[in-house]
Amino acid sequence: MSMAETLPPVTQQGLELGPANRKKTTGALLYLDDLKVTFDGYRALRGLSLSLDRNEMRAIIGPNGAGKTTMMDCVTGKTRPDTGTALFDGTHDLLKLDEPAIADLGIGRKFQKPTVFESHTVADNILLALKGPRAGVASLFGWRNRVEAESIDEILTVVGLLPHRMRPAADLSHGQKQWLEIGMLLAQDPKLLLVDEPVAGMTDAETEATAILLRTIAKDHAVVVVEHDMAFVRALGCRVTCLHEGAVLAEGSIDSVSADPRVVEVYLGR
Amino acid sequence: MARTRLIDPKGWIFLAALAAICVIVPLLNLGFPPGSALHLPTYLVSLFGKYLAFALLALALDLVWGFCGILSLGHGAFFALGGYAMGMYLMRQIGSRGVYGNPILPDFMVFLNYKDLPWYWLGFDHFAFAALMVLAVPGLLGFVFGWLAFRSRVTGVYLSIITQALTYALMLAFFRNDMGLGGNNGLTDFKDLLGFNVQAQGFRVSIFVATGVALAIGYLIARFMTVSAYGKILIAVRDAESRTRFLGYRPEHFKTLAFTISAMMAGVAGALYVPQVGIINPGEFAPTNSIEAVIWVAVGGRGTLVGAALGAVVVNYAKTVLTGVMPDAWLFALGALFVVVTLFLPRGIVGTAMEKFGGRRAAATLPPEPEIPPQLAEEGQGS
Amino acid sequence: MTRFLALLLLLIAAPACAQAPSPYEKFASDNYSDIDAGVAGLAASGDPRAGDILAALSDGRLFYRPADKTLFIKQGPALSDARTGAPAPADDGLKLVRANTRIRRAIEAAQGQLNLASPNAGRRREAADAVFKARDVAALPALDAALARETDASVKRTLTEARAAVLLVKPGTSEGDRLSAIPPIQARGDGDAMGALRGLSADPSEAVRAAAAKGIAAIETKLALLNAAQNVWYGVSLGSVLLLAAIGLAITFGVMGVINMAHGEMVMLGAYTTFLVQELIRAKAPGLFGWSLAISIPCAFVVAGAVGVLIERFIIRFLYGRPLETLLATFGVSLALQQTVRSIFGPTNREVGAPAFMSGAFDLFGLSVTLGRMWIVAFSIAVFFGLMFVLRKTSFGLKTRAVTQNRRMAAAMGIRTPYVDAMTFGLGSGIAGIAGVALSQIDNVSPNLGQSYIIDSFLVVVFGGVGSLWGTLVAALTLGVANKLAEPYFGAVLAKIGMLVFIILFIQKRPRGLFALKGRAVES
Repeated sequence: MSMAETLPPVTQQGLELGPANRKKTTGALLYLDDLKVTFDGYRALRGLSLSLDRNEMRAIIGPNGAGKTTMMDCVTGKTRPDTGTALFDGTHDLLKLDEPAIADLGIGRKFQKPTVFESHTVADNILLALKGPRAGVASLFGWRNRVEAESIDEILTVVGLLPHRMRPAADLSHGQKQWLEIGMLLAQDPKLLLVDEPVAGMTDAETEATAILLRTIAKDHAVVVVEHDMAFVRALGCRVTCLHEGAVLAEGSIDSVSADPRVVEVYLGR
Repeated sequence: MARTRLIDPKGWIFLAALAAICVIVPLLNLGFPPGSALHLPTYLVSLFGKYLAFALLALALDLVWGFCGILSLGHGAFFALGGYAMGMYLMRQIGSRGVYGNPILPDFMVFLNYKDLPWYWLGFDHFAFAALMVLAVPGLLGFVFGWLAFRSRVTGVYLSIITQALTYALMLAFFRNDMGLGGNNGLTDFKDLLGFNVQAQGFRVSIFVATGVALAIGYLIARFMTVSAYGKILIAVRDAESRTRFLGYRPEHFKTLAFTISAMMAGVAGALYVPQVGIINPGEFAPTNSIEAVIWVAVGGRGTLVGAALGAVVVNYAKTVLTGVMPDAWLFALGALFVVVTLFLPRGIVGTAMEKFGGRRAAATLPPEPEIPPQLAEEGQGS
Repeated sequence: MTRFLALLLLLIAAPACAQAPSPYEKFASDNYSDIDAGVAGLAASGDPRAGDILAALSDGRLFYRPADKTLFIKQGPALSDARTGAPAPADDGLKLVRANTRIRRAIEAAQGQLNLASPNAGRRREAADAVFKARDVAALPALDAALARETDASVKRTLTEARAAVLLVKPGTSEGDRLSAIPPIQARGDGDAMGALRGLSADPSEAVRAAAAKGIAAIETKLALLNAAQNVWYGVSLGSVLLLAAIGLAITFGVMGVINMAHGEMVMLGAYTTFLVQELIRAKAPGLFGWSLAISIPCAFVVAGAVGVLIERFIIRFLYGRPLETLLATFGVSLALQQTVRSIFGPTNREVGAPAFMSGAFDLFGLSVTLGRMWIVAFSIAVFFGLMFVLRKTSFGLKTRAVTQNRRMAAAMGIRTPYVDAMTFGLGSGIAGIAGVALSQIDNVSPNLGQSYIIDSFLVVVFGGVGSLWGTLVAALTLGVANKLAEPYFGAVLAKIGMLVFIILFIQKRPRGLFALKGRAVES
């Protein structure tokens, strides 16, 4: 529908940032520095800084209100921080882009509460998430109307929802919706996946399967996982960042973080 | 990939029924002489034609309300603008046959001492230009209004309120004599369209059939849009607008497109309505008219297209009958209809039938009925 | 000219006037000049019966008996002595005192002068004002005389102005006098004063012309300011009407989030309640009429509030969380209510009377303030703060706010949320009913009364920011004033259209209105 949409994202970005800022300032895929967010006087983020490498998986832990979801909101454009820097791929200033533009750069998100399109079938949910042109006219006549069933079924097989492909998503169980949303992330094929509490409401076996799936995905994608389930976090086998009161409290391997007395104090409990 | 067919069973029934009345009505009118038991008087042909024009308006409204959650309380504005575009053409066709016999200026302009035709009347003596304007004027207004509103993420009742304000503002504007569009009285006393006398029986039958064809085309366009990937995204926007943004879609583009197409359809409906009723005046902009159109869609079943058209015909038929029998009862009946449909028949006639006979899957893409009011379950997504 | 000379003489010798030879005989004549002189003499005499005699002459009811030149006034069949007012027997030999155009003009001038000498200060000021407007040179002597004996400061000022205006048009006034006549006229500062000064544009003296131009400019500035102030007042008045109509909605829509399209009909019910209360008072206790509005207020609150509670219990309750469905259902209710009222009271306007304290106007520094409007402004402010008090300071208000902020938690704490919902909705509807009492004073009481306010009310609430009472106040006043300030330039309809378009565009810019609530809860 508009010119802007058909332009490659880098050009769009370049126009906004100007030549001076186009130089890569960091090698990290996601670079957050000193993010501050205030809601009606409540300081949700108080100078959060975080850096994530290409193809790195990172687990984020922390008590309620630590700012985990707010951080994801900032990265995906849902919330505008008061101050701070958020760079993607070293060149893209995330704070100047809106949600679709950020998604277009290759940042996908799974919400804490599974958010799928309930009126649509499982297969259509995947169809809508599939990587490809997002313009209105394109969807009216274009490629997305001629997607082969196989490419969708492939993803549904990975997330184990193939038998349910024609069911309305509203009919799925909570765990199945979680999987469907992960499937939609896969279909989107982003460079960076932000996964908020993926195993809430899952059985132990499902949790284990999810950990394996995420590790597979992390081979060629960067993944940020927010989770409370420490066994699951351990199963991910990645670096862990613990947030507290809107800032990073500790960062390192799961063993070092869980041994950190401050983490034990505020989060894990004695 | 199993795709939804362009024309599903209820679509076939709808199109077949439409084709049937487009044959039977002319046959009964032209084929039997007046006085015959089977003769259908011409005024009834025009009345049915009016219903079909309303059905097209309802279809346009369902496209935006049923599939993208935009409850427009101002679709009467697009309908009226289309009607005015047609009315301006019809006025120019009167030529020197008006009361004042001015070959250029319509009667009301002579009466108001206009010296020249205002610039925006230029071109309306050509049918092709007028036909273009029937699409372009409502389309442009729909595009600009939609783009502004959807880009700013004005949704829900806020949007409904400003659409209502839009049609209200237009009504006030069109009531002014200075608008150069006939003020209070609007445009009327039409003589002919494309050279055919608008009062003639043959014309009345032709425009009836034309309205039926327009309704069928409108249905097919709306259906094509809604079964495509575009339509699926539209439904996704309706149910979880913010989620589509995180998938990289721009809901405002999808909504604006649907709103613009819908406005054009409403404009065509208005243009077909005007020659059949013989007048267009600012009363058509009245907010109440737009809300009444919403109830047609609700009665038939929003998100079903066929239901919207059916609802328009059913409600307007009831209006004709009731206002004839006991005029005072009509507003009570209409008021009760609003209440009863929203409380007890939220899916409307066709939607309820789909649920009953087509099962869960058939009704899955209909607008959802929230089981628990969001207020009661307000944890939301964030923590 | 004899008349003026005579008058002049008489007036200068004012104290002697009463003893001067009677002018009455002059009337007993067929000669217009004599009658003219009689009129002038009578005007100067200060005779309390002079007014009656002149009126009778003007109406062709003044007769004289040629024999003794006695004057009589005919009032219907009755005859009375003009000089004493005593009844007189019928007489066939009377002759009519005739009046032509010249005499009539003389009568008018004389009546003006008589008023200049009236014992009533108000009448004197009016008369002086009339002279100012007419700039009647003939009145100059009378003015001078009146000035000499005037004691009331404000009448004296008006007389001075009138005298200055007359001097300016009188041929032969010296340049010095003309110059000194300008400041009092400039001080008067209204349209007539400007007219008087404009007359000097062809004055031979440059100094006079310059002074007049300066005076005109000063008056223009003053008038422009006054005009703006007047428009602001009209705007405040309109704003208070908008506020009244919208404030109930600020509760049902703003606080509860319910789209009540029947809100306008609650206003309409309030207006009809006022009508019924007045009818009842007229029939049963006419003496209470002055209290009819005060009595109507609680009645309208109860009627509209009760209907509101019924609507909430039977319809809206089932539609919480489905705003668009609520909108449609309540629209249905509004249609039914309109038709109900139409069936009962008929489709035509009903007459609602204004008690004495609502009618009339007063002048405030040159602004004309109608009492009715002033009371409505005061009333709407009172309603606003009353509502504020209920919501902020009462336990009911606390419960309402608790329920709207977190229904579950409120329920868990033992608040009966359905009860609070119904009562809150009833409160909003009741206030709409109260608004109806006020609006019955300035608008037609018809079944369509509510319809004309519903769109405006919604726009006011949305513009102000949903959920913010202060926002509603500011929005109503802003829109009212802006509308009235725009009206002189664009006309009423275009100003209104402009207002609608402005709000449509404003909502694009700030979808949450002027006083938006911030925070995460609002975003979702």
